[in-house]
Amino acid sequence: MLPRLLPTATRSVRLAGQSVRRYTKPSAAAPLLRAARSRSGPAPARSTTKPAVPQAQTRSFSATAAVSHGHIDPPKPGEELYVTFIDKEGGEHKLAVSKGDNLLDIAQAHDLEMEGACGGSCACSTCHVIVLDQEYYDRMPEPDDDENDMLDLAFGLQETSRLGCQVAMTPELDGLRVKLPSMTRNLQSKDFN
Amino acid sequence: MLLFTRSTRRASAWPPLLPSRRQPRNPLWLGAPRHYSAPATRHGRPFRLAVIGSGPAGFYTAYRTMTRVQDARVDMYEALPVPFGLVRFGVAPDHPEVKNCQDKFEEVASSPNFTFIGNVTVGTASDHPDGAAVSLASLLRRYNAVVFSYGAPKDRALGIPGESLPGVYSAREFVGWYNGLPEHADLAPDLTRGDEAVIIGQGNVALDVARMLLEDVDVLRRSDIAEHAVETLARSKVRRVHIVGRRGPMQAAFTIKEVRELMRLPAVGFHPIDASLVPPDPKALPRAPRRLMDVLLKGSPTPPAEAAKSWSLDFLLSPTAFLPSDPPSDPPRLAAVRFARTTLSSPFDPQAYALPADETAELRTPLAFRSIGYRSAPLPEFAALGIPFSERHGVISNDGRGRVRHEERTPDAAMALGTFPGLYCAGWVKRGPTGVIASTMEDAFATADAIAEDWADASVRFLNEAPGQGQGPDEVNGWDAVRHEMTRGEVNKVVHWEGWKRIDAAERERGAKVGKEREKFTRTAEMLAVLG
Repeated sequence: MLPRLLPTATRSVRLAGQSVRRYTKPSAAAPLLRAARSRSGPAPARSTTKPAVPQAQTRSFSATAAVSHGHIDPPKPGEELYVTFIDKEGGEHKLAVSKGDNLLDIAQAHDLEMEGACGGSCACSTCHVIVLDQEYYDRMPEPDDDENDMLDLAFGLQETSRLGCQVAMTPELDGLRVKLPSMTRNLQSKDFN
Repeated sequence: MLLFTRSTRRASAWPPLLPSRRQPRNPLWLGAPRHYSAPATRHGRPFRLAVIGSGPAGFYTAYRTMTRVQDARVDMYEALPVPFGLVRFGVAPDHPEVKNCQDKFEEVASSPNFTFIGNVTVGTASDHPDGAAVSLASLLRRYNAVVFSYGAPKDRALGIPGESLPGVYSAREFVGWYNGLPEHADLAPDLTRGDEAVIIGQGNVALDVARMLLEDVDVLRRSDIAEHAVETLARSKVRRVHIVGRRGPMQAAFTIKEVRELMRLPAVGFHPIDASLVPPDPKALPRAPRRLMDVLLKGSPTPPAEAAKSWSLDFLLSPTAFLPSDPPSDPPRLAAVRFARTTLSSPFDPQAYALPADETAELRTPLAFRSIGYRSAPLPEFAALGIPFSERHGVISNDGRGRVRHEERTPDAAMALGTFPGLYCAGWVKRGPTGVIASTMEDAFATADAIAEDWADASVRFLNEAPGQGQGPDEVNGWDAVRHEMTRGEVNKVVHWEGWKRIDAAERERGAKVGKEREKFTRTAEMLAVLG
């Protein structure tokens, strides 16, 4: 299996509400420097409520050769499907993606905060998303037992919860909106002491 | 006894004034300009974090801290020469997909700001002659913060007669043994004494143990299971497994995935559960218990009578004794487990408790596993340093987000909270030994977020930054300072990430020869031999 590096070679730094996000598509095994240079390119197919921050404020997390998570390709012109992620802070990220891309790969390629601890093999619940529109939820093939078993363990489970790794984009899902569940439970110190 | 009493209301004696050994600066660390703007530094120095333990809690804390605190330098200490903790030694070998989180850990380790310091125990002697050790006090002098993420390395005992009879095993040791943990490489469980096996406890570890006993050994053979375990399991005579719990299906700790997996094993039958323990209208239950009850009631596609092997969930039984044969063999061995039957305070309430009834029951078996949970323990230096460990809960006392703190009763205040600047915990030593990797990831992230929040808050103190402590920030050089306090011989024992990668490559090569992803080394000496 290929080593899976950070979502992109240009992992953004987030400090106290500051966010740096850019669409980057480093080629497989691109050396860091080349990937870093590509950051100065435009940010296609990307709109975000977060302000862009100059490149000097980004940094690389890894100094080794980078392979993008998800292996998704930018959509061909005219074939874009749109999906909007609403992050834990309420920021909206409308992304143009290709048919067949799954939500985990999309989120990771765009540096959204989604873990995918099991690498998209439906063996954990870290890519849990909540579909915001029942109508879109109903257009998706039903989750199988294995996905439901994992969802049973997810925090903040809703009627329209899915695992991002199991939802692939189709033309019927164009315009899909999903929310990333707030991850941290309200931990009380009495739970621990 | 606490040497240091503290409270937020008075000047804290924490961190304790530890003797400082002045060391020459390491020139490699000086004047290394980074191209980061807005670096989250204090006194112009980067954040230096020591993480103790390289399991998922340690790695996820390191990862999140490094993405939250710019230019954070993380040194991870691991007692074994190999990383990943329970991902390597706890996750079942037939769950390779669960181990994919290692890919993320590899990314973390590839950062130039991350240093893996393997084969080094903290605050306790190494359990093998080729291992090195550093004191916790030494780390406290050389970092801004320390995260305890060393997990739960012990197991809970039942405390009933006969627990040490041959034939009674700890599930934790058995899991370590089949996963190649050096500590339990010599367990050599005897699975040839009879058909039956009894597992006491109904969590996912119990189900893992059951699956190892029931699954086709040729399926396991292709996993990264230790070779000695394949040989032993291939000779196993176990055909019938009882998984026993004090309470009922509505209270059981296992999760649905693991139950479904056992139900799906080919040619393995499930004995139906006592349906009276399931609410009469399961459809009215919340989603998760409803689906779990459905799987339990549906049972296995193979009827147990037609199956080569079978298993059951035996509810409402509380073990009272492990019994030797009568008359006793020489040496005595396990022959049966005696239980008291229980009743539930409220059969369908997930929080119901078990009440002992007068009736007893016995299961005749030469083989039993105790699987009632892992247990954490304080590091030996905790007592001297005043770091609070709750023996009752088996965790380091903390504020729920991973900040170590201590509740103490003082004469002038009913309850004062003692805080320990720069000390954090994550994972099982923080919240107790339960949950899957996703839950550990979450609480590791919560700890890292608390660390980042504190570092950004100038009013929050960390280790080794207060002036007048006799040690300036220049000595807070992490591993570079720590290793100067070790002998050369000790330093030479350290296994860094490059060393692990060589061990990893050697294990994969061994595995390739026998058609497995890897063939683990099960002795630390074998691991270290790879490094010459």
